[in-house]
Amino acid sequence: MKKLFLIVFAFVTLGHLSAQTPEELINKVKAKLEKVNDYTAQGKLKTNVIFIKAPIASVRVYYKKPDRMKIVNEKGISFIPKGSVNINLAKFLSAAGNYEIVDAGKEATTGLRILKLLPTDENSDIVLSTLYIDEKTELIKKAKNTTRDNGTYELEMTYGKYSSYGLPDKVIFSFNTKDYKLPKGVTFDYDDGSQKKTRDDLKNKKGKVEITYSEYVINKGVDDSIFK
Amino acid sequence: MISLLKIEIFKIFKRPRTYIAFAVIALIIILIQVALKFGGEEYVGLMLSGMGDSFEKVPPENILNGYLVCFIILNLLLIHVPILVALVAGDAIAGEANMGTLRLLVSKPVSRAKLLFVKFTASVIYTLLLLIWVAILALFVSILVFGVNWLGVARELEFNVMEANDVMWRYALAFCFAAIGLICVASLAFMLSVFSDNSIGPIVATVCVIIVFTILTQMQIPFYDETIKPYLFTTHMLGWKGFFYVKAVDGVTVKGSIENLPAVLKSAAILVLYTLGFLGIAFWYFNKKNILS
Repeated sequence: MKKLFLIVFAFVTLGHLSAQTPEELINKVKAKLEKVNDYTAQGKLKTNVIFIKAPIASVRVYYKKPDRMKIVNEKGISFIPKGSVNINLAKFLSAAGNYEIVDAGKEATTGLRILKLLPTDENSDIVLSTLYIDEKTELIKKAKNTTRDNGTYELEMTYGKYSSYGLPDKVIFSFNTKDYKLPKGVTFDYDDGSQKKTRDDLKNKKGKVEITYSEYVINKGVDDSIFK
Repeated sequence: MISLLKIEIFKIFKRPRTYIAFAVIALIIILIQVALKFGGEEYVGLMLSGMGDSFEKVPPENILNGYLVCFIILNLLLIHVPILVALVAGDAIAGEANMGTLRLLVSKPVSRAKLLFVKFTASVIYTLLLLIWVAILALFVSILVFGVNWLGVARELEFNVMEANDVMWRYALAFCFAAIGLICVASLAFMLSVFSDNSIGPIVATVCVIIVFTILTQMQIPFYDETIKPYLFTTHMLGWKGFFYVKAVDGVTVKGSIENLPAVLKSAAILVLYTLGFLGIAFWYFNKKNILS
């Protein structure tokens, strides 16, 4: 009798876990993100794009609910991919009822749950968002977003001590770069013979921008003037 | 020798037109600095226009600083400074012939080679002083007015960025390289000066050579790119920019790196060879010249 009870209990529990609906999972992820009203973070920004050679820049990232985000250079010059600052997962997820969720099963290699979010709002910048969620930690590990104006990009998040807030320690932003070309009459280049690149080499390449966060200050208030 | 050199330097700096070059350079640099102070945003916009489709706008105040202003000035000015160098070097021998004092000079107990060497050295000193003047105004005044930050250098097919503390040594080497280039121009004007009895001729001829060669250097015609361009000294005079082209690993600039140092050194060597060639011809011709004026 006791054995039977345990078997039934295990079935019910496992059944419940595997039956975690996409909506429930999204709500749990959302709940984590919603704990954050604002934050300031120190970060190191690394650009890996075929036509840019730049040192790692120190940046400060500001966020305030619902969708205000700003990346400020502390020192040097940094290149922020177009549209990346305006697109915010927390804002997108909080728009409950504004998207349809399609369960796409699990990723074979990682076991991450794949959910596809299709916005119902015609004016939404994101056209399709595919989230790869770790069900145990309730964290988004990967996101592929197709946008109306800025093409498709991927986000890869690594979490550390701020995972309880859903805030990553490292974000890798992958995107398609567009052409880079300046007229030679403007640059007056010195031809040192090492420039093996051609214009075609620069077309439609994947670019990456990595931000490694070193310190978050969460829910301590961020002045509105920063976002102006 | 030193007293002869002092006399030649005195002669150069006694002429009012010598100071025209310094005044013109100061005027051009100040005009560029004022333009960038009040309208630098447009220039930075043009400079970054190549990557506008992929990235958010970089705040102009992040990129517009003393180092960049100096780079812009040198980019514009180092094509024109050779013309100012030709004003003095082209006049060195031909000016004496024009005034009728050359015969008197060579009749003194000084060898012709020594006389020529002293006159060329005086032209080189003038050239170096002009370059130091450019460095003071373009680099140090720009740093005072615009401050310092990382330097971004726009190239035809890529954008190079280097940290602020990785820039000054590049400028030091770039100015040394520019000195080699300008001395090469001075030697050309000096050589032409030996052939002429009128100072206008060598000056105009040098300017014409620079203009024609610069056009050939900048034109992107494959036929010239493969045949003539690698041998023009104007092609190699742009070598100072090589110090601002960096290496990178995974897109990250390698601090203290130069993309192709052997190419820059080769360009410097070619300029030195040109200089020696021009001077060789000048010494050879002057030693056998029948001086009548």
